[in-house]
Amino acid sequence: MITSLPKLLGATVVTLKLLSLSLFFGLFIGLLFAILRLNKNKIINKFAYGYSYIFRGTPLLVQIFIIYFGLGQIEYFRSTFLWVVFKEPYWCAIIAFSLNTGAYTSEILRSAFQTIKPGFIEAGKSLGISNKIIFYKIQIPIAIRQSLPAYGNEIILMMKGTSLASTVTLMDLTGVAKYIISTTFKPIEVFIVAGSIYLFMTFVIHNLIKFLEKKYGY
Amino acid sequence: MIKRFSLGLLITLFLTISANADKIRIGTEGAYPPWNSKDESGKLIGFEVELAWALCRYMGKQCVIVEQDWDGMIPALIMRKFDAIMAGMSITAERQKAISFSQGYADEVASLAVMKGSSLEGLDTPAGINLTKPNAAAKKALKTLTAALAGKTVCVQTATIHQNFLDSGDVGKVNVRTYKTQDEVNLDLASGRCDAALAAAVAFSDYAEKSGKPVVLTGPTFSGGAFGNGVGVGIRKDDTELLNAFNRAIDKARKNGDISRIATKWFGFDASM
Repeated sequence: MITSLPKLLGATVVTLKLLSLSLFFGLFIGLLFAILRLNKNKIINKFAYGYSYIFRGTPLLVQIFIIYFGLGQIEYFRSTFLWVVFKEPYWCAIIAFSLNTGAYTSEILRSAFQTIKPGFIEAGKSLGISNKIIFYKIQIPIAIRQSLPAYGNEIILMMKGTSLASTVTLMDLTGVAKYIISTTFKPIEVFIVAGSIYLFMTFVIHNLIKFLEKKYGY
Repeated sequence: MIKRFSLGLLITLFLTISANADKIRIGTEGAYPPWNSKDESGKLIGFEVELAWALCRYMGKQCVIVEQDWDGMIPALIMRKFDAIMAGMSITAERQKAISFSQGYADEVASLAVMKGSSLEGLDTPAGINLTKPNAAAKKALKTLTAALAGKTVCVQTATIHQNFLDSGDVGKVNVRTYKTQDEVNLDLASGRCDAALAAAVAFSDYAEKSGKPVVLTGPTFSGGAFGNGVGVGIRKDDTELLNAFNRAIDKARKNGDISRIATKWFGFDASM
């Protein structure tokens, strides 16, 4: 149990890298699609809705399998320049995770935008502030504050979701735990250690979000 | 009314449990043809499935075959999800620390596979090497492989003798990638993500035949050493009674030619031992 700890901690770094990169890309995707969702143009709106519907409506495992094993089967796809990226399990995992968390983030942000009281925007308008500045200085900050609790949840879900990276050969925390089990045949002990590390990460994320909520609370 | 109903339920439950109690539960993977696999309808088939029925007949016992993912096979046996493993599992010293093995019933050689046209095709090595006591030719072959595989990605199924061999460093530092099933190894070999793959030679020929993909074997075939001493039935250490029963049944099946008949049917050659 104790001998497995250094290896598992090393693998935690991989898990954290996967998580932070996915959240980084996911946040941009989420913000973009949240804005598209609020667009009055029906086609743009439907497109953004379709994206979030598909990625929220299918299991992450299926998504990562389609991106990793599925796309790899298409001969034409392998001859394109995209294959340089998709050849690597690491990037396939990041792409799958980013698209997935991006879909959830877009919904979180959209609902946050929609809960902004019209009074705030009207107040801005009556002061003669331009729409652009109202969006950046009023709507976005309020939306971010509103979405903090839900987004904190999403970070925790995504953190646990990264364990699926092990299904496409990545040696993340779960991958290394499975590897250790395959040589020691002691699943309970190793998974308890790995589980505790996940729990600790959740603890840190949870408290960080709580701190931010307090700081930006009103 | 409820009392009577619960009593009836309890009796039914008890009967079901006791009906299963003297059945031997045999765990297999169902994803490693021709050793064990599934047909289109999801029924377990393969050399070991058929052999299991034969051995059970010799033991005079009823059996159930239970499916289990490869990477949890030994833990599942230890946790009594089933009583015996017949899953193409080679007898190795490492596994023997955790479980017992019956005598071997079949043997196979491992081999590297690449896609046709790969630079790793046609390595200058003997046809087969034994790693238990490697002779000069075997040592030379390992050196050739070390040079050829340097910096290459070699794919294997997780927790297999093939992974152990690559991890042992006998062929230097290769980039080992592990997969949950042999199917996934085959997929990534064909897609070009793996420069080479290592598994039972029959696993590749089976895949090449079924998929029509140009997968070819390269380098020597491997046996002995990290590759173990044949495939046997895995049994819990404290279950000596069952171990003896399996050993006796294997003796009988071998004597009557059952093992070699079933092996020839599934492998295309006599893989029995």
